[in-house]
Amino acid sequence: MSVARVLPITTSAGQGAAWQHRAVLVPRLAAAALLLAGAIWAVPGLADDYWLSAILVPFLILSLAALGLNLLTGFAGQLSVGTAAFMATGAYTAYNVAARLPDVPLLVAFAAGGLAAALLGALAGLPSGRIKGFYLVVCTLAVQFFVEWAFTRFRWFSGDNSSGQVAVPALRLGGHLLDTPRAHYWLVLGVVGALTWVARNIAHSELGRRFLAVRDMDTAAAVIGIPVLRTKLLAFAISSFYCGVAGALWGFVYLGAFDPRAWELSRSFQVLFIIIIGGMGSLAGSFVGAAFMLLFPILMSRVASTLLSGTIDQGTLSNYQKIVFGALIIFFLIKEPLGLASVGRALWRRVRVWPLRQW
Amino acid sequence: MSSMAPTAPLLRLRDVSLSFRAIRALSGVAFAVRRHEVCAIIGPNGAGKSSLLNVVSGVYRPQEGELTFDGRTARHITPRHAAQWGMARTFQNIAVFRGMSVLDNVIAGGNLSFGATWIEQALRVGRAARAEREARARAERVLAFLRLQRYRHHLVSALPYGLQKRVELARALAAQPKLLLLDEPMAGMNVAEKQEMSEAILDVNRDLGTTVLLIEHDMRIVMGISDHVVVLDYGRVVGDGTPTEVRSNADVIRAYLGASRAAA
Amino acid sequence: MSYLLETLLGGLLAGIMYSLVAIGFVLIYKSSGVFNFAQGALVLFAALTFVSLVERGVPFLAAIAVTAAVMIIVAVLVERLVLRPLVNRPPVTLFMATLGLSYILEGTAQALWGADVHGLDLGIDDVPVSIAGLRLSRFDLIASATAGGLVALLALLANRTRMGRSLRAVADDPLAALSVGVRLPRIWRRVWSLAGLVGLIAGLLWGARSGVQFSLTLVVLKAMPVLIIGGFDSIGGAVVGGLIVGAAEKLAEVYVGPIVGGGIENWFPYVLAVGLLLARPAGLFGDRTVERV
Repeated sequence: MSVARVLPITTSAGQGAAWQHRAVLVPRLAAAALLLAGAIWAVPGLADDYWLSAILVPFLILSLAALGLNLLTGFAGQLSVGTAAFMATGAYTAYNVAARLPDVPLLVAFAAGGLAAALLGALAGLPSGRIKGFYLVVCTLAVQFFVEWAFTRFRWFSGDNSSGQVAVPALRLGGHLLDTPRAHYWLVLGVVGALTWVARNIAHSELGRRFLAVRDMDTAAAVIGIPVLRTKLLAFAISSFYCGVAGALWGFVYLGAFDPRAWELSRSFQVLFIIIIGGMGSLAGSFVGAAFMLLFPILMSRVASTLLSGTIDQGTLSNYQKIVFGALIIFFLIKEPLGLASVGRALWRRVRVWPLRQW
Repeated sequence: MSSMAPTAPLLRLRDVSLSFRAIRALSGVAFAVRRHEVCAIIGPNGAGKSSLLNVVSGVYRPQEGELTFDGRTARHITPRHAAQWGMARTFQNIAVFRGMSVLDNVIAGGNLSFGATWIEQALRVGRAARAEREARARAERVLAFLRLQRYRHHLVSALPYGLQKRVELARALAAQPKLLLLDEPMAGMNVAEKQEMSEAILDVNRDLGTTVLLIEHDMRIVMGISDHVVVLDYGRVVGDGTPTEVRSNADVIRAYLGASRAAA
Repeated sequence: MSYLLETLLGGLLAGIMYSLVAIGFVLIYKSSGVFNFAQGALVLFAALTFVSLVERGVPFLAAIAVTAAVMIIVAVLVERLVLRPLVNRPPVTLFMATLGLSYILEGTAQALWGADVHGLDLGIDDVPVSIAGLRLSRFDLIASATAGGLVALLALLANRTRMGRSLRAVADDPLAALSVGVRLPRIWRRVWSLAGLVGLIAGLLWGARSGVQFSLTLVVLKAMPVLIIGGFDSIGGAVVGGLIVGAAEKLAEVYVGPIVGGGIENWFPYVLAVGLLLARPAGLFGDRTVERV
């Protein structure tokens, strides 16, 4: 049972290659530069503190986690429900490094979190040599529950704090104190941007091809000489690195203080839903899905309050959100298995053709 | 054509037996394939032809026997070993990577000679750019050889059956193999497509010098392109020689061609 | 020694409860190849519906009848709105659809009946019973008897009735079954109804044991190791798997727990399942299909 035929998206070296013909490359680079410039300067200028800290920062961090899961599930075809465990590992490792070794730079602490998560990911992926397809879910499930238990049970991880909650030390980068929403936004943007660039390189490289090959048919991949287990382990490790860094960012920048309940199975499902809705195997889809996941509940509560001219209590609202989410998942699976990203691409194609349609 | 020179065969099977629980797929199979020849395996359905190919390419592990390829001998090998030793193959039910483009499939075929590590690729440093260029150039050569250039960015799953089979062949060729294993390369094709595929196989054998071991049902094709024919029936070799020799072998006729020697 | 036996038996009996949920899974998997992640949600939905009816004064048997009817309606809706549109998709897609389905069921159940914990009284007291000098729970014994009865009933259904034959045909080869006239939508409706009813029974027992609450949906996750050990397509295997998981869990909790710390039953069954899968990638009872390339 493979994830293969759900995902006809290809990021072939031909289409999106890092080394493309100038005619295609220049406009694309220009667009990317514009996007980057906008993200760095325009957004903080236009957005208020609420938007920066409550919407944009979590959006970027969840996108990063989704990128990680996408590399593993969307590209390499290994279904995982352990995303939250990898994020937790990243968060707690980064916390312990930052709290116990205060001279270590912040980014190094994040990287340490990523590396610890990567190690755990590789461990979780070891059984993928023997265990195929769907059964593999149990391995990541086992990791998820084990990690949840371990971080709750062993107080050492939380700095021997009796409440089990960790409070993150102040964020310093190169001597500057990062304590404004804008600073947080730039920190997260920088990390996520850099890792997105790396993810893009991977997707369009030989490694990306090997991921896709293993996803589509791992027997055939072995037959043409691809080291299947090694490729799967690499997928697990790299994906978990991304989730680990995302977890560290989530804990340090977004939450500020956290306990094991931030990293429960429901968060693994949240990230899985992000990539389903956004489009599995699509890097852009990770962002689209994350945006949807964050904005949709806000939209729903606004709609509900205007329709019912008043406020609904949070409990009822979250129930209805659940129902709508579930229905949307099913809808996307039926109608648009390639997710919102492909809907976007189709729309974009139509937009480009539209002026020519008149005659 | 087959030579009388005493060069060692490229592939030799000795006494290979394969069973799936109670079913005996192969019994005591032994034959040799000479370098640069086109060898066809024929036999009725269920004779064990695909199993034989799977043993050679390491997908199945035989219980007995051994195989020698290019001087190396082993009881069983992994598919990856087979690829590293210089074998490439196609499958009966096409095994192309459906979610990838034609070009990517073919480049993937040459993965064993990719010259950069994943870190170099991830950070776009070092040999990554050059390795990608070289891989692309190699793939383009294969695409040109099989006239698949204009489909290079097409998603394989969107291509018609005949083209998918050609892509699978291209992917196998991208590895520049010494031995090409083809499992029913003409299955499901019409006369014109079969002609094209036969020519492609002959081109591969003559121009690239690749040894070919193929499973085929169409006797016209077998007689037309092979130098050497091995006949299997119920997992045993019942015929082994040139096409003409095999055609007149009584056992073969009885087992495979039936009383009416229609197809030949 | 008798403590060990009691613990073991206690675990076995608790394991029967897992088997009950797992049986629902197996039914659906056998007939449509779908791993129904929403099984736990079905259990919760059934239990909540029943409890809410009883709390509103509906008599016990009537409440059961109404709940059963509701589960059948759910099955019909699921077949029509989820299974039919996704009929040719790979199993992973269907699994993710059941993920979505579980969300819908949970949300609906809680929107309709609230998120509080409800007590469920089946009239069975959980008192210790002494058998052969061992103290066992009366409740667990009755639950085991129920599960045993259910398995026997289902076995009869599968082997003696026409629907059972159709089910087995569909499980074996859906296309071939279609070609001999088996109507897939009807089969699926029936199977999902059956799974819903099994879920109802499981929900009643589970609810009586630990109260009807949201965490019931997490039971589905426990069923996974059960299925892995017992095989996804064997009802007998589901029972054996449940016993093994229940016993292992209990023993680990009692003997390993004090050393490592409490709560290991949360992850132990999964690690056990992974270990077993490494040894037998198709599960203890599962079909070991030879991959013909």
